[in-house]
Amino acid sequence: MNMATRDAQADEVGTDDGPLYEARRKIYPIAVHGRFRKIKWALLAITLGIYYLLPFVRWDRGPNAPSQAVLVDLANGRFYFFFIEIWPQEFYYLTGLLILAALVLFLMNAVAGRIWCGYLCPQTVWTDLFQAIERMVEGDPRERREKLKHASRAQRAFEAASKHTLWLMVAWWTGGAWVLYFADAPTLVMQLLKGEGPAVAYVWIGILTFTTYVLAGHMREQVCTYMCPWPRIQAALTDEYALNVTYRYDRGEPRGSFKKTQALKLQGLPGGDCVDCNQCVAACPTGVDIRDGLQLGCIQCGLCIDACDAVMNKINRPAGLIAYDTDMNVQAREQGRPTVTRLLRARTVLYAALIVVVGGIMLTTLATRGYEGLSVIHDRNPLFVQLSDGSIRNAYTLRLVNKELTSRQFQIAVEGVPDAVVEVVGGVPDTQGRPVVAVGPDQTYEARVLVSTHARLPQSASLQITFHAVDIESGRTASAPDHFKGP
Amino acid sequence: MAEIHASETHKPEVDAVTGVTTTGHEWDGIKELNHPLPRWWLWTFYACIVWAVGYWVVYPAWPLVSSYTSGVLGWNSREAIQASMADLRAQRAEFAGKLDAASLEEIEQNPQLLAFARAQGRAAFGDNCAPCHGAGGGGAKGYPNLNDDDWLWGGSLEQIQQTILHGARSTDAAGHMGDMPAFGRDGILTHPQIVAVADYVRSIAGLEQVADAQLEEGKEIFAANCAACHGPDGKGNQELGAPNLTDGIWLYSPDKPTIIQAVANGRGAIMPAWQGRLDDSTIKALTVYVHTLGGGQ
Repeated sequence: MNMATRDAQADEVGTDDGPLYEARRKIYPIAVHGRFRKIKWALLAITLGIYYLLPFVRWDRGPNAPSQAVLVDLANGRFYFFFIEIWPQEFYYLTGLLILAALVLFLMNAVAGRIWCGYLCPQTVWTDLFQAIERMVEGDPRERREKLKHASRAQRAFEAASKHTLWLMVAWWTGGAWVLYFADAPTLVMQLLKGEGPAVAYVWIGILTFTTYVLAGHMREQVCTYMCPWPRIQAALTDEYALNVTYRYDRGEPRGSFKKTQALKLQGLPGGDCVDCNQCVAACPTGVDIRDGLQLGCIQCGLCIDACDAVMNKINRPAGLIAYDTDMNVQAREQGRPTVTRLLRARTVLYAALIVVVGGIMLTTLATRGYEGLSVIHDRNPLFVQLSDGSIRNAYTLRLVNKELTSRQFQIAVEGVPDAVVEVVGGVPDTQGRPVVAVGPDQTYEARVLVSTHARLPQSASLQITFHAVDIESGRTASAPDHFKGP
Repeated sequence: MAEIHASETHKPEVDAVTGVTTTGHEWDGIKELNHPLPRWWLWTFYACIVWAVGYWVVYPAWPLVSSYTSGVLGWNSREAIQASMADLRAQRAEFAGKLDAASLEEIEQNPQLLAFARAQGRAAFGDNCAPCHGAGGGGAKGYPNLNDDDWLWGGSLEQIQQTILHGARSTDAAGHMGDMPAFGRDGILTHPQIVAVADYVRSIAGLEQVADAQLEEGKEIFAANCAACHGPDGKGNQELGAPNLTDGIWLYSPDKPTIIQAVANGRGAIMPAWQGRLDDSTIKALTVYVHTLGGGQ
């Protein structure tokens, strides 16, 4: 090598000792069949089925609310989930859900490592689907290698075009399903088909088509290895008891070809069960070699287990050379100690207990929340008004909330101020002269309320006043405290 | 010779523990493992640079001596805010139209219109009226409290609208007229007479008296000089803006020196006319807002 090429190389790699950037190693996993593959197909069907079809599920709420089971109504600030309706100020339920989700993730991790990544993560599920499409069009990697030797340019181009078209269709449907969660699904579908949908819908379909196509079609395992924070967090949360996909090197090593191992065994020398067929590596969607031990790239999907079990069956060796196990147990077997599988550990019990507690709190608040609400703001300026007859008046702004889907009448009453007279500005008292406010279905109403009293108040009085909004029909009441100020 | 050298230096060192190559960098014996970044990250970086350059071309970016590069889209924030304001007006057009069409009484009877008018009125009040009358119309010395039920020029919807439109003692010929004369300065009353009438005014308001109050004399002076505007019983006259002197509400102060000051030097606070400065629908909204502060009659 002359100096010129050396310099050019050094320039390109940036350092004398190794490249700072590396080209993508394309991973083209083989198809496997087995228990974990079946579970993954089932979960893929369930999760994608829910995602794509849920917007079309109907849920009758009467004439004053949408009839879509799951709907994020951004324009009106409402979130509907079957029988639950969430207002913006109840957004803390989402916080609770996120806490629950985190705890479930931690619990899954304590039980079996990154099974979320391997089975349920959207990135994994869509990548799985995209890889299945790839194999369907272009064939299994071995098939494909053979085919590429003979295939004409036109055929290769046709296959590539079909694959990308199918990918884009799935991606487009993914974006399409997303926007259906934000508007009445059947109506929006018709609008979109006629080209009359709102611009924002097309923009979001475009964005999600792009991200799905890029992340599931092209980025794939790189999302897990380079972009996702969970592998790093997970590594800090795990312990030696977590069941991870483990190559049982106590049984597998020393690895060697079937014949070589048989020969070794005949001589009474140790021979491992691993025939070094590399099927576990070929099946891995992230391209790792599980025989190197637990590693960042492994998403715990178990496809290498299926691949290995298939080989073991073929050569009449017991299955389970790779299995959900712990390194601790592998070492124990190596040293002839008993293995330990402990599901009930401090962390699993704690996570489960926290899930129950958080879930319990959320359910209780949901079950006991009121369908009416009241909040009060005292006028800041003036704090009180002296009237010409010497009485004192305070003014308040009340916000009444009616979370029921029918109109309701609320009587406004106060407590804590002697001889209080209540007047609602613009309000018409009912037949009994009570101040009454009507609040529309699923709406709020802001009322200016004046409270005055003839009673002599102590100097610089600040009385505790409580407002009640009493539903005239049901008698259910929302209350809010404030102050009544005097001179 | 050169080839051997090259192959030696380019053989990356492998870390024994991790089996990973090192970058060859070493600090006090600590070596850095080499985990190369994916190359597409580099491309993303370049793409960001290209994006930034595109941004300069499309949007305003670089300051020049007396202007700036405006970008091929011609976007600017002033036009953006004007477009937003136009959107807002269009959004409000439906209710704004109803507000213009409805009478003041109709507005107060319709909860939706009332809420709309009050919101608009509150904003206009904050911009135009709050400097004198206070943020919530609470008033100050010399500036009436608009929340109470005592009105200088009347507290009905029409009277409030009239006062806002034309003002009081303003430059508008249709505005309210009527001054408190300077009885002392103009030599109409002597100082002892003024003191006597001040004591009398305090007495009809039910306030504490000094021991030597000349109430009888005060009453006579009041009947001769003050009753024309304030009424024989001191209840005031809204036609002339003469305040009711018998209630608990005082524009200045009920203490004796302040009353003497008013009688001696007169009063004549000015409320400007807002017609022409504010459009009619804003004044309508302001009228409803002030009327619904609590004191409206």
